[in-house]
Amino acid sequence: MSLMEAGTGWSCTACGGELEIMKVGFTYMKGNFEVNLPACSNCGLVLVSEELATGKMAEAERILEDK
Amino acid sequence: MEQDKLREWEYKCIQEEPPECTATCPLHVDARLFVKEMGRGDREAAFKVLAKSMPFPGILARICDHPCERKCKRGEVEEPVAIALLERNCVEQATGKARIQLLPRRGQKIAVIGSGPAGLTAAWDLLKKGFGVTVFEHADRLGGSLRELPECILPREVLDRELAVLEELKADIRVDEVIDATAFENISREYDAIFIDRERVEGYELPIKRSSGGEISVDAATGATECEGVFAGGGTRRHGAYSPVNETLQGRKGALSIERFIQKAQMGAGRVNDGPFTTRLFTNISGIASVPRVRPADTAIGYSDGEALAEAKRCIQCECLECVKACLYLERYEGYPKKYARQVFNNERVILGAAHTKNQFVNSCSTCGLCEVVCPNNFNMGDLCLQARRTMNGQKLMPLSFHEFALKDMAHSTGGRFALSRHEPGHEKSEWLYFPSCQLCATSPGEVLSSYRYLREQLTGGVGIMLGCCGAPAFWAGRDDLFRETRDALRNEWEQLGNPRVITACSTCLNLFREHIPDMAPVSLWKILEQCGLPLKTCEATGKTVAVADPCITRYDRDTQESVRHIVHLLGMDSEELPSCGEKAECCGYGGLMYNANPKLARDGIARRVAVASSTDVQRDYLVYCAMCRDNFAVSGARVSHLIELLFPNVEGGDPAARGWISWSLRCSNRARVRQGILQEFGEKEEHVVITYENIRLEMTPEVLRRTDERRILEDDIKMVIDHVERTGKRIRNNRDGRYLACHQTHNVTFWVEYTPETDRFTVHNAYCHRMKIVGVKQ
Repeated sequence: MSLMEAGTGWSCTACGGELEIMKVGFTYMKGNFEVNLPACSNCGLVLVSEELATGKMAEAERILEDK
Repeated sequence: MEQDKLREWEYKCIQEEPPECTATCPLHVDARLFVKEMGRGDREAAFKVLAKSMPFPGILARICDHPCERKCKRGEVEEPVAIALLERNCVEQATGKARIQLLPRRGQKIAVIGSGPAGLTAAWDLLKKGFGVTVFEHADRLGGSLRELPECILPREVLDRELAVLEELKADIRVDEVIDATAFENISREYDAIFIDRERVEGYELPIKRSSGGEISVDAATGATECEGVFAGGGTRRHGAYSPVNETLQGRKGALSIERFIQKAQMGAGRVNDGPFTTRLFTNISGIASVPRVRPADTAIGYSDGEALAEAKRCIQCECLECVKACLYLERYEGYPKKYARQVFNNERVILGAAHTKNQFVNSCSTCGLCEVVCPNNFNMGDLCLQARRTMNGQKLMPLSFHEFALKDMAHSTGGRFALSRHEPGHEKSEWLYFPSCQLCATSPGEVLSSYRYLREQLTGGVGIMLGCCGAPAFWAGRDDLFRETRDALRNEWEQLGNPRVITACSTCLNLFREHIPDMAPVSLWKILEQCGLPLKTCEATGKTVAVADPCITRYDRDTQESVRHIVHLLGMDSEELPSCGEKAECCGYGGLMYNANPKLARDGIARRVAVASSTDVQRDYLVYCAMCRDNFAVSGARVSHLIELLFPNVEGGDPAARGWISWSLRCSNRARVRQGILQEFGEKEEHVVITYENIRLEMTPEVLRRTDERRILEDDIKMVIDHVERTGKRIRNNRDGRYLACHQTHNVTFWVEYTPETDRFTVHNAYCHRMKIVGVKQ
């Protein structure tokens, strides 16, 4: 997956820091992925957008479920 | 599934059986494909189809007596497809030459005596099988009776050209041969086997047994004479039953027998379909429009190209596909049950780590059983899929997402917020037990409470109540463990109440109890109401006509279907029968948990049904008696009411069909409402333990509510996220609009909520979810 998301415009309410693009790990049904996503470098909070969740992520889930 | 079970399933589906034309043809020419190619205007491809099965296609296509036409299904509509004229048009104009594939040469030499259609075919087939072949003919050239046919049917030039193929195949041609007893003896010594074309041997002195009519006697199945290694065929002409294609068949049979004789193989094994046979293929011709047969403008010439094209298009292209025509699920996966059975089998067998590409397919069937009804052989895809689901669960290969939401919904119905069982107050035993069903309580709580009150008034001996789930979702999910557990718990509760007779308002419960807890002697609410009379105050619907949509689960329950129609009439309404009624009832998408495993298919299925109904002149309100049918019709925008809504009106405004869709969250709280309502009526108090997040108040626009509901996100899920992040502060903020975005992982799903806190509530702008787990940020 190449899922670059614009990190600007979002801040972490826990520490007040701006989100920046970071490498985020995901796992599902024995599959592991790394995606570049906006995240808080201090608190580890991640931003998964609606588009990503209902688009490429849902598609990847479907493929893994048929394996 | 074991191999032999797969074979059984495969045998049930007849889609791959040959059409009538092919089965009737002694040579099994694929006439359906031939006509299809002609209809596409591809004469060369059509010629190849003929050449695949016919010896000397240029000859046979011109002279064949075409028994295929007599069995053509188009003939049952008006007149058979003119296969004979099409074949003639094809071989007259195709430029391609039959490409003959030869097997490796074998050492044995075979003699063919006589060169009519049978002898020539035997020679052709034996050459193809790799034998050395010598043809003995007493005339000065090959062809026998073929040379007597009129020039307009079989031009000499065509005959000579076609027969020249034998020389190309290196046959040894000996014309002007006198075959007498001595000659025959020499041939017998020199050759490994002999085929005699009986067409020309009346006068020959051959040492072979003959019938009283002078015919060489043969075994009908193999063409074997009493003389070892000597086979014979042909000669039907003398008996006035001349059939060129049967002559050809006898030559072909002889060649096969000779091959087996040489190989010392079983002579008679597997030859039942050697000649014409009866096919199992079913082709439905109802609804096929009549198209008159194309007559050639010039009968001497035959079809022009345009005429041939038009005639070929009359072909029905026989096939079954009865189930595929009736079921969107079977249609969408672009196959038919025989193929699907193989795919399901393979899906189960794939070694770990390889692709189980049919997982979603196996879990998308509604198991409604319509296929079994329309199939000439009763193939039930649902049975196949259910056993595959059980296997997947057993192998621990079932993806959670296919059933998790439905099983959570079921857990709600068997859990403390809904489940209940009580005798009627003032009674120590129950003659009857009302089991309204979890989904009807979710759809129509007020109506359920009213109907229970009514039953208590009408029936004597005590009417107990049981709220719970019959276990259908577990059954459909192939979760036998959970289903058995649920069933046993129900049975136990029922026995505690003293085995009362069960009344249920849900046909799925009725069906499952009948199958799995038959002692309950369950009866439908509709049957009871039919017997003890309708309540005095019902919905004002007199004079209306409704389209009764039977739930798929009542397919074989004519009794319940009739009770419902009777009640409709007692209510003063007329019922209109839909094409998918009674035995042909269709599923709304809830059955088999299709809505969970394949929501798009479920939505498309109900949309298709509603679209078909709206294309008719008058659009009726639907009248259903399954809670899930009600909701699924409503979601697709149709006007629909549940029978209980007409009998026990609780809807404000008196028009239940205008109620529209209900969210999954509301369904859960409706169930709780029924439980609370009953406890209240019984004068029982219950301490309700409130979970912290339950006090959170949400504000959502109808659009947001609909979108999140379609994503199967409950309001409780949203509340849990907000509760969690408002306490931990772990949320992010959009700098532009100040909205918060936060997620929380519950069970196997991560829920995201976009919201704005207000003074006493939270405005929810959006919610979505995914199943992939966030492991965390990598440094």
